[in-house]
Amino acid sequence: MSKMKLATVWLDGCSGCHMSILDMDERLLTIAELVDIVYSPIVDTKVFPDYVDIALVEGAVASVDDENKIKKVRAHSKLLVAMGDCAVAGNVPSMRNPIGPEAILERAYIENASTQQQIPCVVVPQLLRVVRPIHEFVQVDVFLPGCPPSADTFYTALTALVTGASLDVPALTRFGA
Amino acid sequence: MTQTITIDPVTRLEGHGKITIQLDGEGEVHDAHFHVTQVRGFEKFSEGRPFYEMPSLMARICGICPVSHLIASAKACEAIMSVRIPHTAAQLRRMLNLAQMVQSHALSFFYLASPDLLLGMESDPVARNIFGVVAAKPQLGRSGIALRRFGQHIIELLGNKRIHPGWVIPGGVTEPLAPAKRDEILAMIPEAYANIGLALASYKLVADSFRAEIEVFANFPTNYLGLINEDETVEFTDGALRLIGPGGHVIEDGITANRFTEIIGEAVEPYSYTKFAYYKPLGYPNGSYRVGPLARLNIAKTMGTPQADKELVEFKQLALGPVQSSFHYHYARLIDILYGIEKIEQILTDPLILDKHIRATAGVNRLEGAGQAEAPRGTLNHHYKVDENGLITWANLVIATGQNNNAMNRGVLQAAKEYVKDGKFTEGALNRVEAVIRTFDPCLSCSTHAFGQMPLVLSLLSKDGQIVDQVIRS
Repeated sequence: MSKMKLATVWLDGCSGCHMSILDMDERLLTIAELVDIVYSPIVDTKVFPDYVDIALVEGAVASVDDENKIKKVRAHSKLLVAMGDCAVAGNVPSMRNPIGPEAILERAYIENASTQQQIPCVVVPQLLRVVRPIHEFVQVDVFLPGCPPSADTFYTALTALVTGASLDVPALTRFGA
Repeated sequence: MTQTITIDPVTRLEGHGKITIQLDGEGEVHDAHFHVTQVRGFEKFSEGRPFYEMPSLMARICGICPVSHLIASAKACEAIMSVRIPHTAAQLRRMLNLAQMVQSHALSFFYLASPDLLLGMESDPVARNIFGVVAAKPQLGRSGIALRRFGQHIIELLGNKRIHPGWVIPGGVTEPLAPAKRDEILAMIPEAYANIGLALASYKLVADSFRAEIEVFANFPTNYLGLINEDETVEFTDGALRLIGPGGHVIEDGITANRFTEIIGEAVEPYSYTKFAYYKPLGYPNGSYRVGPLARLNIAKTMGTPQADKELVEFKQLALGPVQSSFHYHYARLIDILYGIEKIEQILTDPLILDKHIRATAGVNRLEGAGQAEAPRGTLNHHYKVDENGLITWANLVIATGQNNNAMNRGVLQAAKEYVKDGKFTEGALNRVEAVIRTFDPCLSCSTHAFGQMPLVLSLLSKDGQIVDQVIRS
């Protein structure tokens, strides 16, 4: 039987969830025996594969790029996991929602710059007015809260998802954990 | 006709990056850019928050180097409180910051860069990752995983959590070091020495085979900025900044966090959400400089620990004056790790390390404060203003990746000119352009704290600037 295909995706987050995946340390090699990591910031694939069994998504949806990405991931993934509080609920990235993107950009690139003040607009993606969690754009199959979820949580959850064992998320993690 | 080659995303990078390479009508490289495509707005949405929340909030800028943000932020808060933290708290934070440097450098070297160095720039992209390294060189690959674990486990022992620990607070830390934890860290040290020894030996075996890359991987004279102690040893947490010129002469010394905000400016380019820091008296872009391991080792006279000092002598033999090729960031990073292990061992022998005085308390005594520290990838400055109630009214952050931004962009152009000829390029050529960025170990989460994400794209343009072709590697 061929191995399951796993993807990890990073939207608007701090990468802490990805670091927590790496915090499985040597157990990461055990996971790599169970699944092929076909798309991730730590491998060199540039295009999301046509099919993956499990996609772990970190971060909220904050830009046009993020929105396109999460829709593409959903379309090509059997099981989509929202990992971490940003993906599950918006968390810190959504703190800009009451302020709006214009004021954020104004502060960073006009007020807090000392020369060539301008709002970047070449190649960089446009920001959405409101940062939202991924389930507001696509169907999510598993929610794994935590800031970030611990390495133990990832190991237990991934092993369960791959082997088909039951998964009791509230026993593993919580918001802000 | 011009053409744009786009590499999107840049992989094995800590964040969202894109590179565009513009070719002219003759297929020669005309220009190249490194784009950061994420921005989040920490400087704005922190307004109105109590200042004592800032360390925990600012840590969420980055899951790779949250400790640097915790420390720079806490120091800015302590400037507002006008307190000096207890000796033991300062030593414990120093150890925490070094542990983070070790884990982050292990991530950069082993997980992100070593597939290029150990498997080859042209090796099969499918296996060009940490799992490929472990398969090809099991002992070395596992030593990298173990070094990262070493740093992360120390952070967990000190702060009770590996990522975003709440232990660092304005005034010090929340709890002292327990004797059992000190002993556990000491017991981990011999294995860490063995692992970094293996990494250094392995790196030196392959480094010579990258002479061509060393020539064109952001190899040009620049200024350098980094923390240093009064005795000219390298420093990560306290001390003051020194800025040196391309020939190694001191431009400015003893730069405190407050002074930093006076002399360092930030420019904006339309193609990136990451700003471009520069030394104001020299203007932009002449005042651009590099930070991080290469800069720190170019600036320090000694490391102040015996084993790392032996390596520093070897490092300084790479050039007369400052070492200018960014390829050597890799070697500097490994020397940093060795220093970190030695220094952690030294700190644990401090007779006051288990002392219970670990926190100073105070309210608002100044309405403005700045704090600085060395993140693994370079100097970090947090600068806040508060009202009488301690609510943040303004914040500005200057991040390592912004300070390397000019050199990264110039480096991408330098490498692209070497590896893209007559409009032709191979997968390995594009991987080398990405590998230039990897030497800097940029942290795109950090650099885009302002608000957004960073893409890496390589594009081919016509002379009039029209995008003729965008090649996305698959």
